[in-house]
Amino acid sequence: MSSVVDPPEQMRFDLQVIASWVEPGSRVLDLGCANGDLLAYLKQEKQVQGTGIDFSEAKVARCIERGLTVLQGDFRQEVSDYPVNRFDTVILSQTLQQIRDPKELLVDLLRIGKRVIVSFPNFAHWSCRLQILWFGTAPVTDQLPYEWYNTPNIRVISIRDFKRFLHTIGVRIVKEVAINTHHHDFKGNSVRYFKNIRATYGIMMVEQV
Amino acid sequence: MESPASQDLKKMVVERRYFTFAQPPREMILECGARLGPITLAYETLGRLNASRSNAILVCHAFSGDSHVAGYLHEEDERPGWWDNMVGPGKPIDTDRYFVICSNILGSCVGSTGPASLNPATGRPYGLSFPMVTIKDMVQAQKELVEHLGIERLMSVVGGSVGGMQVLRWCVDYPEMIVSAIPLATTIRHSAQAIAFNEVARQAIMADPKWNRGDYYDNPGPSLGLAVARMIGHVTYLSDHAMREKFGRRLHRDALSFAFEGDFQVESYLHYQGRKFVDRFDANSLLYITKAADYFDLERQGGSLLVNEGLAGVCFLVVSFSSDWLYPTYQAKALVSALKKNGSDVSFCEVEAQGGHDAFLLPSERLDGLIRGFLGRVYDEQCG
Repeated sequence: MSSVVDPPEQMRFDLQVIASWVEPGSRVLDLGCANGDLLAYLKQEKQVQGTGIDFSEAKVARCIERGLTVLQGDFRQEVSDYPVNRFDTVILSQTLQQIRDPKELLVDLLRIGKRVIVSFPNFAHWSCRLQILWFGTAPVTDQLPYEWYNTPNIRVISIRDFKRFLHTIGVRIVKEVAINTHHHDFKGNSVRYFKNIRATYGIMMVEQV
Repeated sequence: MESPASQDLKKMVVERRYFTFAQPPREMILECGARLGPITLAYETLGRLNASRSNAILVCHAFSGDSHVAGYLHEEDERPGWWDNMVGPGKPIDTDRYFVICSNILGSCVGSTGPASLNPATGRPYGLSFPMVTIKDMVQAQKELVEHLGIERLMSVVGGSVGGMQVLRWCVDYPEMIVSAIPLATTIRHSAQAIAFNEVARQAIMADPKWNRGDYYDNPGPSLGLAVARMIGHVTYLSDHAMREKFGRRLHRDALSFAFEGDFQVESYLHYQGRKFVDRFDANSLLYITKAADYFDLERQGGSLLVNEGLAGVCFLVVSFSSDWLYPTYQAKALVSALKKNGSDVSFCEVEAQGGHDAFLLPSERLDGLIRGFLGRVYDEQCG
């Protein structure tokens, strides 16, 4: 993991990794940008031309107040207006598991961006496996804190599943890392062996073949 | 008697000025093909233009507004300008930092040339001989003023409603002259519903016998028709929620009158708004300006005029209001969608507000924060 400036520790660990992958001065779209912490960091430290999309009025307003470019809306619809290759990098962090049509979304994102960085919680982490196997309950973890009846996570993805999916739709992995996080996801380390069982998140940068 | 507190707070006094141009034979050629001149625009400025002339913001007023955007016209003036909560020292459009210009639109009646002005050819008010002016013409006149003030590029053009239409027309016609734009509570094409309300307002005036085909300046004028037109307008500026909160079914008398006296508070409110408007606005100006709004359509020539490479470098802040049913959010989204195609830097927020279309004029911390943050960024990155 190489980076020009060390990302701040108060940023979620997967975002720290993603930030280190973004090229200085590039054009970035951050889907589900929340309060704009990643965008603000990229703008200040990497002179990135960033745009964010978020559904929440309060969060969007917070972003615009701090001088960021952000659109309020459902990004699933908002992405379709952009011209081809409008962005160098499109970031989809911890949202893929909530998308109804992940395949179509990824195709759309690879149209408007040269590369897409995706991070998602790994449902095949050992603690999830243990809860199903041992207790016979749907897994509830720090990364997946919901009960079956209130979870927004409608797609169950593991790192292995996602790589197979990319292969099927003909998308190439440029970079990947599996991470294990702790302390509310603000700290972590990369996992080198037995990723699909030890990592809490997978992060991949992908592009069209 | 002045209280000690009000003595400390010195009033920001603003002077109204006039700029006259398009003297015959060099009249301005309007979109309809007619020639108009001379043209006078009433305008006011606040703050100071910096040395590099890069901090100028043009504020465009809505249909019944005027050049008096903020501050007071004299020391004894009781009423501040129409956007005093937004414009002034330390306010979101900060006159300590920016140079703010606001002019009365062409066709209006608050100091600028309009149907109530004297036609130099006849020595009598224009009335209906005033040519049909469009939003494009209003903006062309503003451009003459901006150039007259020695400004080549505006840091921002800001406006709501019909003012927002002017902002968008600036983007289409003079993209090289603007760094950023803030269209609020507006649309890229006037909807059938909006045209319908305007037509009812116009018919109310034209059905008043005192309108006399626009030739009433020697007589009292169509005050009843104009008041009804304003009442209709006011209904479209509010919302179901705002009316329920403000009036409900409360009576403005002790009991039902069982007659047509006006029982409800909402009725007396509308009557009051209508009467107040008659004192300050010209009926013909209402006809002309509503028509200009109805003609406003940036998608007329098939394909949006806003999809334009010249706008790639312009930053936008588009704002709609959740309870605005005159220019609902879907219309702002159509604007955003067109601008995204240019690769322009576009921010958009739908402000949660119960006030209806009027919300863009009401004090709102949310709107304040959005405009302050956006302008601060534009200034720091491109104009400082």
